[in-house]
Amino acid sequence: MENRATSEWANQLLRPDKKQRRLELQGRLMTLISAWVIILTLFSLLYFIASKGISTFLFDGVSLSQFFSGKWAPAGTPPSFGTLPFILGSFMVTVLAAVISAPLGIGAAIYMTEIAPSWGKKILQPVIELLVGIPSVVYGFVGLTVIVPFLRDVTGGPGFSLLAGVLVLSVMILPTITSIAVDTLQSIPRSMREASYALGATRWQTISRVLVRTSLPGLMTGVVLGMARAFGEALAVQMVIGNTDTMPTNLIQPISTLTSVITLHMGDTVPGTVYNDVLWSMALILLLMTLVFIVLIRWMTRRGES
Amino acid sequence: MWKKTLATISSMVLVFGLAVGCAKGNQQGGGAAGGKLTAVGSTAMQPLVEEAANQFMAQNPGTQITVQGGGSGAGLSAVLNGSADIGNSDLFAEEKKKDPTKMVDHRVFVVGMAPVVNPKVGIDNLTQQQLVDIFTGKIKNWREVGGPDQKIVLVNRPENSGTRATFVKYALNGANEYRGKDSIVQDSSGTVRKIVAETPGAIGYLAFSYFDKSIKPVKLDGVEPTNENVYTNKWKVWAYEHMYTNADGKNKELEEKFINFILTPEVQKNLVEKMGYIPMTEMKVERDAQGNVKNKK
Repeated sequence: MENRATSEWANQLLRPDKKQRRLELQGRLMTLISAWVIILTLFSLLYFIASKGISTFLFDGVSLSQFFSGKWAPAGTPPSFGTLPFILGSFMVTVLAAVISAPLGIGAAIYMTEIAPSWGKKILQPVIELLVGIPSVVYGFVGLTVIVPFLRDVTGGPGFSLLAGVLVLSVMILPTITSIAVDTLQSIPRSMREASYALGATRWQTISRVLVRTSLPGLMTGVVLGMARAFGEALAVQMVIGNTDTMPTNLIQPISTLTSVITLHMGDTVPGTVYNDVLWSMALILLLMTLVFIVLIRWMTRRGES
Repeated sequence: MWKKTLATISSMVLVFGLAVGCAKGNQQGGGAAGGKLTAVGSTAMQPLVEEAANQFMAQNPGTQITVQGGGSGAGLSAVLNGSADIGNSDLFAEEKKKDPTKMVDHRVFVVGMAPVVNPKVGIDNLTQQQLVDIFTGKIKNWREVGGPDQKIVLVNRPENSGTRATFVKYALNGANEYRGKDSIVQDSSGTVRKIVAETPGAIGYLAFSYFDKSIKPVKLDGVEPTNENVYTNKWKVWAYEHMYTNADGKNKELEEKFINFILTPEVQKNLVEKMGYIPMTEMKVERDAQGNVKNKK
C-alpha cells in the first residue's frame, strides 16, 4: 500500500508536467527581466553621472589640477573650482565617525552575542532596528538643536563644525556596524568557543583572541559599509557642519563635505553651466568612492573565506 | 459572523466606489477648462504659489496644478526645455545668464529682505557701510558697531541663491564677494532663522515673510524694513518674484489664467499680504533687470 503511493508520487515528480514547466519558465523570465532592469539602471546611472562629471574637464576647460586645488570661488572672476576642501572634509568626517562608531558597534555586538545573549539581545536589537528607521533629517535636526548648541557652549566656536558632523554620523552608522558584527559573531561555530574554553581560556581571552580574530574580515566589512553610508550621507551632515569652504584643519571649525556642497548648490545652478558640471564631477567622485568601498568589502570577505 | 462582516465591508467598499465614481463623473462633466500645469522653481515662492494653486483648483474643477521647488535656476531651465509650464524665479532671467527672449516674464509679487541678528546682540540699526564691512569680514566684533564685546557669526547663503543675489546687489551695493572664514552657509530660510535665533552673535538675512520674534530685523541707515518702505523703494532690498513661461508654450491659455488669478486684487490683498509678501498692486515704483528704478505710471 505504502509502496504504491510512493511510486505514484515518484511518477508524478518524474513526469514532465506542462503546467509546472510553464510556471518554471515564467519564473525564470521574471527573474531574468528583473536582473536586467537592475543592471541597465545601474549602467545608465553610471553613464549619466560619468558623462556629466567628465564634461567639466573635456568641455569646460577646468583642469584636473584646478579641480583638486584648494581654491573654491565659483562666482569669482575668473571663477575657480578647487574641491580639495570638500574631498578632505568628506574623508575626515567619514573616518572619524568610523573611529568612534566601530569600537562602540563591535562592543555592543559582542555584548549581545557573547556576554548577555538572552536579555542583552532582547533590549539592544530593537534599539538598533529603531536607529536604522529614523530618517536622516531627524538626525540632522537633533544635531542642530542638541549637539550644535552643546559644542558651542563647550568649545566656544560657532558649534557648527567637523565635530558636530562626526557625532551625528557616528550615531547614524552605529546600527550598520552593530548588526553586521552581530551576524558575523553569530556565524562562528559553537565548537570554536568550546575548544577555546577547553584549553582553559577565560571568556575575555576567548572573545579577544579567538572570536574577534576569526570574525575580523566580517567586522571590517561592517565598518566599511558604515563608512560608505557616512561618506554618502547628505542632509544630516549639511545641517550641522556649517558648509564653509575652508580647509578642515581643526575639529571645531565649520567645513563642507562633497555631499553638502552638492545639495546646497544644485538647485540654484543652471544645468549646462560650468558651475553645475563641477557639482556633477563631485558626484562622480562620490560614486567612484562608493565603488572603492564595495571593492574593499569584496576583497575583505574573500580574504575571510579563504 | 465572519460572513456578515465580510458582507458589510464589501458593501461599504461598493458604495464608496460608486460615490467616488459619481463624483469623478460630475467633475469631468462640469469642468470645461480642464488641464494640467506644472510650476517649478524658487523655494521662496513655493508656499504662496501652492496655496494660490489650491484656491485656483477649487474655483476651476478639473484643472490640476503641480507646484515644485528646486531653485530659481532649475525653474528657468525647466521652462526653457519645456519640462515645466511655469518657472518660478527670484531673479530676472538676465541675472541668471539665461536668454530672456525665449521666455515671457510675469512679475507676480514682491519680496523684501533684510539683515537679521540674534536678539541678544541688541543692535537695531546699522549704516550700509557697517553692513558691508561686517559681511566682507572687515568688522569681526559687535563692539566695533556699538554692540556687546562678541564675535560676529555670519550666516550666509550658497553662491547662486536668489536671496543672496538680491542681498549682495542692494544691501551690500554689490560689494566685493564676501567670504567670512568662519561663517556658516545654509540654504533653507527656515534653518537660517533657527541658526540666527540660537547662535550668539549671529547675523544673516531673510525675506520679510520669515520674520518672527526669535530674530531681530535691522534698520539700514535708519530705514525700517517694512512693506510700506518697499512700496516707495525707501527700503531698497527687495526683489520681484517672477513666473516665467515659455514664449511658445503649449498651455498658454491656462498659464495666463492662473497667473492672472494670482494678480487679481483679491489674491494680492489677501493671500500675498497674509503670507508676508508684498502685493504688486501696492508698488509705487518699478525696477528693471539692471536695477534702474522709476516711478510707476
